[in-house]
Amino acid sequence: MTNHWIDLKNSDCILIMGSNAAENHPISFKWVTKAQEKGATVIHVDPRFTRTSAKADMYAPIRSGADIAVLGGMIKYILDNDLIFKEYVLEYTNASFIVGDKYAFDNGIFSGYNRETRSYDLSQWAFAMDENGNPKKDPTLQDPRCVYQMLRKHYERYTLDNVEAISGMTRADIVKFYETYAATGKKDKAGTIMYAMGWTQHTVGVQNIRAMAIIQLLLGNIGIPGGGVNALRGEANVQGSTDHGLLYHILPGYLATPLAAHQSLAEYNKAFTPVSNDPMSANWWQNFPKYSASLLKSMWMDDDPAVSFNYLPKLDTAAASVYSWLNLFDKMDKGQFKGLFAWGMNPACSGANTHKTRQALTRLDWLVNVNIFPNETGSFWEGPGMDPSKIKTEVFFLPCSVSIEKEGSVSNSGRWMQWRYQGPDAPHGFKPDGDLMYELMHEIQALYKKEGGVYPEPILRFNLEGWATNGIFDPHKTAKLINGHFTRDVEIGGTVYKKGTQVPSFAMLQADGSTCSGNWLYCNSYTEQGNMAARRSLAQTPEQEKLGLFPNYTWCWPVNRRILYNRASVDPTGKPWNPELPLIQWDAITKKWVGDVPDGGWAPGERHPFIMTRFGFGQLYGPGRADGPLPEYYEPLECPVNSHPFSTTLHNPTAISYADEDKAVCDPRYPFVGTTYRVTEHWQTGLMTRNQEWLVEMEPQMFVEMSEELAALRGITNGEKVIVESVRGSVWAKAMVTKRFKPFDVQGTVIHQVGLPWHYGWTWPKDGGDSANILTPSVGDPNTGIPETKAFMVNVRKA
Amino acid sequence: MHTNRRNFLKLSATAAVATAFGGLGLGCTPKAEAVDRAAAMDPKWSKQTTSICCYCAVGCGLVVNTSLKTKRAVNVEGDPDHPINEGALCAKGASIWQLAENDRRPDSVLYRAPYANKFKKVSLAWALEKIAHNVKKARDENFTHLNSRGQAVNRCDTIASLGSAALDNEECWAYSTMLRSLGLVYVEHQARI
Ligand code: SF4
Repeated sequence: MTNHWIDLKNSDCILIMGSNAAENHPISFKWVTKAQEKGATVIHVDPRFTRTSAKADMYAPIRSGADIAVLGGMIKYILDNDLIFKEYVLEYTNASFIVGDKYAFDNGIFSGYNRETRSYDLSQWAFAMDENGNPKKDPTLQDPRCVYQMLRKHYERYTLDNVEAISGMTRADIVKFYETYAATGKKDKAGTIMYAMGWTQHTVGVQNIRAMAIIQLLLGNIGIPGGGVNALRGEANVQGSTDHGLLYHILPGYLATPLAAHQSLAEYNKAFTPVSNDPMSANWWQNFPKYSASLLKSMWMDDDPAVSFNYLPKLDTAAASVYSWLNLFDKMDKGQFKGLFAWGMNPACSGANTHKTRQALTRLDWLVNVNIFPNETGSFWEGPGMDPSKIKTEVFFLPCSVSIEKEGSVSNSGRWMQWRYQGPDAPHGFKPDGDLMYELMHEIQALYKKEGGVYPEPILRFNLEGWATNGIFDPHKTAKLINGHFTRDVEIGGTVYKKGTQVPSFAMLQADGSTCSGNWLYCNSYTEQGNMAARRSLAQTPEQEKLGLFPNYTWCWPVNRRILYNRASVDPTGKPWNPELPLIQWDAITKKWVGDVPDGGWAPGERHPFIMTRFGFGQLYGPGRADGPLPEYYEPLECPVNSHPFSTTLHNPTAISYADEDKAVCDPRYPFVGTTYRVTEHWQTGLMTRNQEWLVEMEPQMFVEMSEELAALRGITNGEKVIVESVRGSVWAKAMVTKRFKPFDVQGTVIHQVGLPWHYGWTWPKDGGDSANILTPSVGDPNTGIPETKAFMVNVRKA
Repeated sequence: MHTNRRNFLKLSATAAVATAFGGLGLGCTPKAEAVDRAAAMDPKWSKQTTSICCYCAVGCGLVVNTSLKTKRAVNVEGDPDHPINEGALCAKGASIWQLAENDRRPDSVLYRAPYANKFKKVSLAWALEKIAHNVKKARDENFTHLNSRGQAVNRCDTIASLGSAALDNEECWAYSTMLRSLGLVYVEHQARI
């Protein structure tokens, strides 16, 4: 989230699309409701009428996967009716930038497409540069090659007729939705978006969010209270686990994983340190070398970062199609891996295309599964269709403490790092995951010390004792290392920081190894003042209180800044756009900002507000994505139509997919759109919640929800057991026949949609059903690799 | 965080409400025992610690009461002083006590040998030693020093890791850096799906 949960109360219009927040993030509704009580409008756009819809002021049904049609239509509506927040768009976004000559778009394909590799040459989409090396601009927004005019042209096709035809949304709903949301383009109005996996789990997932970000920039809704682009994260610490780089493409702090081409630290730094010639651009990533050196130091304390850089493994390419989840399992299925750690995760239910995932596990020599309860991953060898006598995989199941039995921090969706204390002791002497990691790594180090081995330096020299006190994993010591300290006496701006003192904030990190910091974003979280994440003070200034900023409660990255890009909440002279709800204000006497921690302390107008982008502007046109600089409509890879009104390019031409795996496109055997979702009482694969009696009593088994019309068509009655099947497999489910799904009219054809929760698995409860991901395809977004599990094709029949 | 007397009075008001609702379903199951949990929550017999819900990323605050005698949780409820949830929890958060006090948690480390048809109980030390040998073997026998273009890549392409957004920050960071020190590049977790 650019903003945070409590800040929802400051919004005038809350759009919930790609999310069922009332059921999946229930306590968020405390703040949605507060906004509503003050007069805000809540809009829910979703294929199914949920409890979120019930609480909303407006509900508009949409067919799964048609979001870009609807959002593209809104961009057109805003531009056609000139509803943009002009000053903001002109000063703070790249609307005036001139796009280079090589950019073109024709019939659903952008310039630079390579049919063989199914990828684009991104250099074709670059901006035209002036003689100083800055993007050329036209502040009048008249140049036909400026981003503003490019947007107009690109979304010309997104007419109400076309949007209505493909999305299944009625024209009346579309217009009402556009009118209501676009009304937040005023200086003193704020609109926000709450989205979740309903937007990300598509082959156009990134572009769904890009489309909304464009709307938010056009309406001046980013950086302000009650605004922003807010991903509702589904796991207690999925924010933190991402911040700390548990993904192939990033190291802690979003530092890119080095590629084979980077044979030295200098080459690596050069590749990821952007250059801007505009003195008004903060170009924050110019600090990259300080963050990379500090990370290397935290991992290998006794080595010069230039040396320890060689210890880091290098990728051949950054492409999601090669190293990310779907391909990891494809390679596992082909026998590439000897061993797998499934640590605090249940891929045998959570990954798309479950049968393929479970089959791939049989090819492993060994599997380490750390979890609270036995689960479908650790027990895969005795699952449905498996013959243990033919499966070689050695399995280690290591039980661990639950969260209330250990100490450490988690980062919520609003980036609040919150400390948790240990309450009870774990039963049977079980240990926290951190202890298990430490002990395992200790064992591995000892083995290499004793026996030697291949390229042992990265292991033997690894700063393992940096996590532990007296041979036991120490969360405080680790948290301090993540913050970082000075490794020798360092003088910065006249102040001497003694060796061993905690670095006060990332502005003090150094590129020469004189500081360590495990994650620059968390530098400032555990300082000489103590553990900031453990703070519990509710103290606020009256302005902060009005916003519900709570700057003294826990800590939030970066540097306790509660709302990102907050310099965009003021005009270029430092005055808040909305004087009623000031987030930051420039005090001309003290020459300081008051309110939230500003995005850099520079005086008003000295820097462009979007400090993390190279040129300092919000990116309406985004030339860095794998599938185009502007969101374009494509159907899901499995879909009920063979054409759409925007081009003859049916699918995202860069989507990840496997040619030898069939997909149902307009396939009469699989006529219904399927989607997956969660219920309040269960969580993710259900591993933790299915093992609790109270929760199972409330939601005991697999169901498939369908409209009364579809039930009549198939002769199905509410509560009977039915079979749901896709190209990949089938599951049984109890039929739940409701008025919450309604058939859609798509290009004149009636299209039915059904939905299933993905919380169940064969291990427990008995007769609870199995994973809905048995139905979902191995196809994914080209940028992120996230599988398309929110729109696929199924059949439903009586059991 | 240890709770002082004043805080405790404030907490016990919320506790009374929670008890009135019967801890969501206590009593619905024949196995429920009649324990006087309100008495066990007296600061004389228990300690109070704060925590954060382990499910979704709203990050609701919890107050955990732990018996000083058994060292086990006697109650988990919403933290009334937490500014986000102000004491409220959804059904999952309100059930966390049952996540910890749960007889479906196994009582030992388990090991399944190749081709075996069941798990057997083993010690943690035995398992860790064997895992360490497995890691070393898979890494050393297949280590990729150079890629097909002859560039130094120093990586282990034969071990993968999945997980986890369910870990604490300190554990995530430790795990992330530990895996890189072993040369792993196939590192993924919940955020990818
Ligand atoms: S109590 Fe419910 S809403 Fe709050 S963090 Fe836990 S799962 Fe999320």
